[in-house]
Amino acid sequence: MTLTAHRKMQLYGTLLLLPAAILLTTFAYLPTITTVINSLFLPGFRGAPAEFVGVENYQVLFDDPTFWKVARNNLIYALGTIPTSIALALVMALFVNGKLRGRGFVRMAYFTPTILPMIAAANIWMFFYAPQIGLFNKLLGALGLSGINWLGDPSVALGSVIVMSVWKEAGFFMIFYLAALQGIPPELKEASDLEGTSRWSFFWRVTFPLLMPTTLFVLINALINAVRVVDHLFILTKGGPNNATNLLLYYVYENAFSFFDRTMAATITVVILLVLAVVATLKFTILDRRTHYQ
Amino acid sequence: MSLNTAHSPARNAAPYTPRSRYFAVPSLETIAAWLLALIWIFPLLYALWAAFHPPAYMVRFELFAPLTLDNFATAWAQAPFARYYLNTFALVTGVVFAQFVVCTLAAFAFARFPIPGKNVLFMLVLIQLFVFPEVLIVENYRIASELGLINTITGIGLPYVASAFGIFLLRQTFKTIPRELEDAARIEGCNWLEILWRVYVPLAKPTYLAYGLVSISHHWNNFLWPLVVTNSVESRPLTVGLGIFSAPETGVNWATVSAATLLSIAPLLIAFLLFQRQFVQSFLRAGIR
Repeated sequence: MTLTAHRKMQLYGTLLLLPAAILLTTFAYLPTITTVINSLFLPGFRGAPAEFVGVENYQVLFDDPTFWKVARNNLIYALGTIPTSIALALVMALFVNGKLRGRGFVRMAYFTPTILPMIAAANIWMFFYAPQIGLFNKLLGALGLSGINWLGDPSVALGSVIVMSVWKEAGFFMIFYLAALQGIPPELKEASDLEGTSRWSFFWRVTFPLLMPTTLFVLINALINAVRVVDHLFILTKGGPNNATNLLLYYVYENAFSFFDRTMAATITVVILLVLAVVATLKFTILDRRTHYQ
Repeated sequence: MSLNTAHSPARNAAPYTPRSRYFAVPSLETIAAWLLALIWIFPLLYALWAAFHPPAYMVRFELFAPLTLDNFATAWAQAPFARYYLNTFALVTGVVFAQFVVCTLAAFAFARFPIPGKNVLFMLVLIQLFVFPEVLIVENYRIASELGLINTITGIGLPYVASAFGIFLLRQTFKTIPRELEDAARIEGCNWLEILWRVYVPLAKPTYLAYGLVSISHHWNNFLWPLVVTNSVESRPLTVGLGIFSAPETGVNWATVSAATLLSIAPLLIAFLLFQRQFVQSFLRAGIR
């Protein structure tokens, strides 16, 4: 290949890349950079230029007990949803992978919540959680028990939100486990049967370790979702009562579009970006060599 | 490996024949699997029940309660769902089409062209797998308003068009296509775009199908960014319309909310039930939404 032909190829390739590059710059790179910059400035009053304040906004944020409450909520939310939905997903996949009557229906039942918008799922769960007419309290009432304020009691509300999220997510993770299970060579099972290994120890010694890449992959997706998905809060609790169910991204939304404090919103966004950076590092260092999705 | 001798070899001798499967008492595992399935599908069945019965039967279960379509009629009359449908359709088709074009070009560049600093550029693209438009709502809102895109369907869709995920998937697929096919096309006088269109795109059809289905369900269901960037009926998609319609403080009757919820999810849900296999395969192939 001559040098000019090579140059031509370079130019052509760059041109092909251009539309994506422009869009990514506009809606991903530039906003990331300006968010970080905004978090270091205070807006000027009446058209005065913004004032550089260094890490002062972060000090304000870290002195804000609400921020810590929201951050703690998000941690509890992650710890509540991720292990449960991953464990359930694995159990579901094992169920559906075995010989089971009506397997098609069972698999469909597990997976269907995944297809629904979070808003619709929240609407449906609202029928369960509502204090007076909700199904859960009606059932408790029928048993002669007093109802629980599922979304209004600060000590219960986050748990209720977590339960709904687990319901929504588990089926999605199931399909990855199912695919991985179907990739495990049947000879392993046959060999272990010959050796007389119990199903329990076969699972823990063979199946589970072989599923490790899938578990990591699902874990990373679950981590991202724990930060990214807050749609259900708009219906279920609006972050309340008294911020008991508020999550970081919802708090950003509130700061930006209810309190009109763009600076605080930018500062919290940087915190979220740092969390995502940790997740991304995790993905690229641990998962990179065994990318199983391609 | 330790041996568990409690296992009886006789069980292996009689594998699952159809006969023993049908006459056997369901195992504990089967019962557990079914129970979990019923719990998992119950919320949706409940929404169906509530939507097709008069409000009085919301928490009163009677097998022969009268069926009705009134709730759907009320929902349809109380909010401009027809418009929301139109907006969502326009959004989803627009986004998927634009994604196909932009991501195909970029993926082709990454797969086959000697671009300086290609690996670094590709890593930069992959960052967008983690930094999505809705995380940057504040700044993206500012940018959208500077571009005059507030309250437009373009404004909802545009930040998602250059999808790192689409570029990644298509690049992987393009890389598996043998160069010989490309060379053959070039000998026949095809230029680069013709090679892309006649060789690469047709061979990547399964990837397009998978990515398309995943993208359709993502954008049909997306809420936060559309909520932020729209402010009138003319541009709101179904999710945002539904969110506003069913917000608890509006005091809308629950049976109506169920009907509205089903209206919003029906097309996607029916498509899913009809093409379950393709949907699940697509999600698998695509991995990340």
